[in-house]
Parts: sequence; structure tokens; C-alpha cells
Amino acid sequence: MSAQPRLLEVRKNILKQNDIVARALRERFRAEGTFVVSLVSSPGAGKTAFLEKTLTLLRPHYRVAALVGDLATENDALRLARSHAPVKQITTGTLCHLEAAMVERALADWDTDTPEFLFIENVGNLVCPSSYDLGESLRLVLLSVTEGEDKPLKYPTIFNSADVAVITKIDLAEAVEFDEALAHANIQAVRPAMHCLTVSAKTGVGMPEYLRFLENRFADAFETSGPRI
Amino acid sequence: MHELSIAMSIVDMALEEAENRGVAIEGVHIDLGWLSGVVADALLFSYEMACSGTPLEGSRLVIREVPVEIYCATCKAQRALNSIQGFCCPLCGAPASDVIHGRELAITGLEVRDERPTATIGST
Repeated sequence: MSAQPRLLEVRKNILKQNDIVARALRERFRAEGTFVVSLVSSPGAGKTAFLEKTLTLLRPHYRVAALVGDLATENDALRLARSHAPVKQITTGTLCHLEAAMVERALADWDTDTPEFLFIENVGNLVCPSSYDLGESLRLVLLSVTEGEDKPLKYPTIFNSADVAVITKIDLAEAVEFDEALAHANIQAVRPAMHCLTVSAKTGVGMPEYLRFLENRFADAFETSGPRI
Repeated sequence: MHELSIAMSIVDMALEEAENRGVAIEGVHIDLGWLSGVVADALLFSYEMACSGTPLEGSRLVIREVPVEIYCATCKAQRALNSIQGFCCPLCGAPASDVIHGRELAITGLEVRDERPTATIGST
């Protein structure tokens, strides 16, 4: 007869492997002078349109590049390529989120100049990406006006894991009777003092403020002199 | 549904521990924070699948859910939140975003049985 089972105390972070890779990426980005912005949102919140606009507006002034994650198709990469910025698709197959190792692999065989801004568009999903650090400097969570003001309350974990909230498709606000004040209150409820921006990639409303915000964060991170735009 | 990949990580880590320590594992204890982004029920279901065909098959997963504790700068104290829909001090109502607990996603214990070399018993 074998002995009774006993309880061994251990302490092991389950996502340790991802965190190790993410930490190495963060150190590398810091050393290379790359400011990394990741984007998370539900499917259809306008990540790709917003990113295309961002790349187009930033590209004349900064070296920019983007990695874009999707379960299948290269459609988003093709759309983003219209900005003439280097873009690479990460196809995850059945995986519902990006992991740090996928970012590392995508960068490994990518022959492009070291960007000053690297954007990582996560798979459209408001649940799974929240657990995975990608080595980013800034995580943006997008909320489109068509989704309803209570999205932050329904998905508090991802809003809490993000640094900045971006309300997108503001040009449609009136048509869908979007209550912006309520959306802001809900964002603040799950993440007090969170920085919040409002944009329309279609009309360009709010984009100058957003770009200024990115420029300031870039300047803070690398102690460079003032804005270039 | 990223719980299956989380479950597979748990199984891999537990198997590694079992091998290093020369023990058989009957149960894995984990801490799961409310802000971990992992759903306990989905993880339990995935764990069974992840164990099948491994030495952990038939083992149990014991989940301790960890509520969110924030630091309230007004009260200068740590407080547990009643819900993750409202990040404010449950006592004084001040907004609070300094999370002390609730992001845990960690193995905390292993129920093990020492493995002994199989002896031949009762040979004549």
C-alpha cells in the first residue's frame, strides 16, 4: 500500500512562459527604441480601420509597422497595406488570442527596418487577450458606439487590463443614440482614472488628439524632443 | 475559450514537478483571481481533457477563486471589492485602481503520493 496523499506547497505562475517571453520582448523594444501599442476589442469594433488611419497619418513622420492577428484570412493585412506601412499577418488558426511567442516568431523572420511605432492588433475578442502580456508599452481597448455603453461593465477584466480606452465610430453616435457620458462613467467604474479618447477613423474626428497623445507617450518613453507632426 | 491552453500549461507544469520530485500527482491546487480572465467552470472542463492520456488522468483540479482587493488611498487600507463592475472602496466610495489581489493565475499546491519502486511481493 502506498502512503496517504500529502499536499506539497508550490508557487508557480501558470503563464510564466508567456511572461518570460513578454519581458524579453519589452526589454528588446526598449533597447531598439520601439514604442509598442496593442489593440484589443470585440470583433467589428473598428480596430483595422482605426489602425489603417493611424498608420497613414503617422507614417510620414515616424517609422511605423503593424502585426495583425486573426483566426484566418490575410484580409486585414491587405487592408492595412494600403497605408504603405510594413504589415504582417499572424494567423492563429483556432487560437482566440495572441501570445508573446507569436509576436516573437513574427518579428524573427520579418525583414523590415526597426520601427519607432509597432502596432499589434489582437484577435477580436474581449475575453481571452486580457491574460496575455505581449511586451507592449501601451494597451488600447476599443469600444465602438454601436456596441452599447455597458460593454465595460460586461467585460471589466479586459478594460481593467488596458491603459487607454478609445471610443470609435463616433460619427455614428447620433444614429444609435450613444450616451457618451454614460460610456465614460462605465469605463471609469471598471478602471478609475483611465485615459479615454473619442475618434472616428472615417471622418478623422479625434485623430489629431490621439496622435498627439501617442507622440507624447513616445517622447516620454525615449526622452526624445517634442512632436514631429 | 483559452481555458484549454491554460489547462494544458497546468498539466505540463504539474507533470514536470511530478518527475522532478518522483511523486504521483492526485490533485492540483490553483489560485484563480477574479481578474485573471479565466473562467473556473471552463477550466475544470478543459482540465479533464488536458489530463486524458497523461499520468494525471483522473486527478482533480482544486480552484480557489481570489476576489479583487484594492488599496484605498483615502482609507489607507486594503479592501476587498464586492464586484468587478465597480472599482471603488466599498467603505468610503473613493475610486481605486490599485489592484493588490485578483490577478492570480498560479499553481499553489500539489496533492501527491510518493512513488516507490515496485517490489515483488510474496515470491515463493
